[in-house]
Amino acid sequence: MTGGELGAGLAFAALALLSIVVAAQAHTPEYAFHAYLFAAGSVAAVFAIVNRYYARPAEPIPLEIGGKPNYNMGPVKFATVAAMIWGIAGFSVGLLAALQLAFPVLNLDIAWLTFGRIRPLHTSAVIFAFGGNVLIATSFYVVQRTSRARMVGDIAPWFVVLGYNFFIVIAGTGYLLGITQSKEYAEPEWYADLWLTVVWVVYLLVYLGTIMRRTEPHIYVANWFYLAFILTIAVLHLGNNAAIPVSLFSPKSYIVWAGVQDAMVQWWYGHNAVGFFLTAGFLGIMYYFIPKRAERPVYSYRLSIIHFWALIFLYIWAGPHHLHYTALPDWTQTLGMTFSIMLWMPSWGGMINGLMTLSGAWDKLRTDPVLRMMVVSVAFYGMSTFEGPLMSVKAVNSLSHYTDWTIGHVHSGALGWVGYISFGAIYCLVPWLWNRERLYSLKLVNWHFWISTIGIVLYISAMWVSGILQGLMWRAYTNLGFLEYSFIETVEAMHPFYVIRALGGALFVAGALIMAWNLWKTVNESAPASRPALQPAE
Amino acid sequence: MSSTYLALAGFAQTWGLIYFVAVFLAVLAYALWPSRQSQFDEAARMPLRED
Repeated sequence: MTGGELGAGLAFAALALLSIVVAAQAHTPEYAFHAYLFAAGSVAAVFAIVNRYYARPAEPIPLEIGGKPNYNMGPVKFATVAAMIWGIAGFSVGLLAALQLAFPVLNLDIAWLTFGRIRPLHTSAVIFAFGGNVLIATSFYVVQRTSRARMVGDIAPWFVVLGYNFFIVIAGTGYLLGITQSKEYAEPEWYADLWLTVVWVVYLLVYLGTIMRRTEPHIYVANWFYLAFILTIAVLHLGNNAAIPVSLFSPKSYIVWAGVQDAMVQWWYGHNAVGFFLTAGFLGIMYYFIPKRAERPVYSYRLSIIHFWALIFLYIWAGPHHLHYTALPDWTQTLGMTFSIMLWMPSWGGMINGLMTLSGAWDKLRTDPVLRMMVVSVAFYGMSTFEGPLMSVKAVNSLSHYTDWTIGHVHSGALGWVGYISFGAIYCLVPWLWNRERLYSLKLVNWHFWISTIGIVLYISAMWVSGILQGLMWRAYTNLGFLEYSFIETVEAMHPFYVIRALGGALFVAGALIMAWNLWKTVNESAPASRPALQPAE
Repeated sequence: MSSTYLALAGFAQTWGLIYFVAVFLAVLAYALWPSRQSQFDEAARMPLRED
């Protein structure tokens, strides 16, 4: 046995033992359930490590075969499949949440299905389960290909992929059972946070180790974006989840921050989750997959370097715009607003760089719906990064904040930018990973594209109208100085837009189902590529 | 307490600013230095090269 196998095996055996002790003493049945899940997962890990030891050849896996890097694509495949499954689950739960807002009776009077539990399930499933698996899959693919080296680690890459998905299961079941620390986009409790910390540190080490093993002298720009994403998320996660558990046997913990500092730390985390998880990571995808698919070099590599540094310098300060007109000091609010406005420059610089990479290949938009999806994604990136700074201006925020306009803005970024660049990357990856000549059907990709585009347009336009309507109704006064509308009147006024939004969501889910079917057929029925493995499907 | 705050804030608002501006200028110089043109042209094609 190698040192890694022995160490990992012993660590998992110890974790299994500890989990069983915790399960026996747990203060609540929900926590005991999670402890048993940890125990089962650890025992399964020990078995997997031992079985693998007996099944594998004695000599270590070669780093190169016939002078070419022996890429490790198993974990990439797993994360790609997981992304698709979690994606459909997360979009469907979002649809349920949208329908509940239009028709509250749809919570069926079951505690597990109430909006307060379904909503974090939706946000975490789409951001962390879908988006996170897309980022892990693409980052592991890109770092190997652009470093021309096999990924570092034997068990470590599998630990990252499986450990991350185990975290998702703990987080998701926890929300449904009512375990939450009530921090937006960081709802999992302390034990899940600790587990994620271990997984994330290993992710960082695998990523860094692979870059250090590279045979290319230059570190390609996509790797810089991925690295900023991994490193910053680690820092944000630690800062935002600094909590003291009540007991080893209780899921409950108390955050060390208090009052307005707590709010500021939360939104420092929350906004940079957008900036570094949903932006920097997915820009890494843009800088690899768009040139690859368009078969054109990056429009301006110099701009990409300036794009990267300007983006990470500015994003980290923008969080206070979530706390306009609160107890947060005024200068901090102004600082957040100012940095948000300055973010226009790197955001649009990056957008222009992505779009102009198609110079000389614009005709491909007519024939290749996958490329079209990625280009529309970059256009949505431009649109939502224009809208975001606008909404961070205090005067605009006084109208938009706490209304559906925010939801519309988030979804033009999430469905349009993050969703479409992910779909594009997965459409590229699946034929490469499973060694297929091409996708099963480009026609189906076209259907996916148009159905979900109509869905997004319905969603965001409904939320714009609903949000501005809501904001204006809240601030309307009668000539006697009383509020013109009661709260329930604003809720009634929004009903038609909630129905339209749910319709848009249903179309987006339908598109994702078409995609899953297309990928299933690609893997199982398309002809194998005649060229050597891992060529682009053209 | 407040003097610690003032000292930290004063340090961040002066030296912090100078540090960030200097680092960013270094990035601009690195990215825009004319002799790196060929190196960056090659880097821009990295995803397209196959092995």
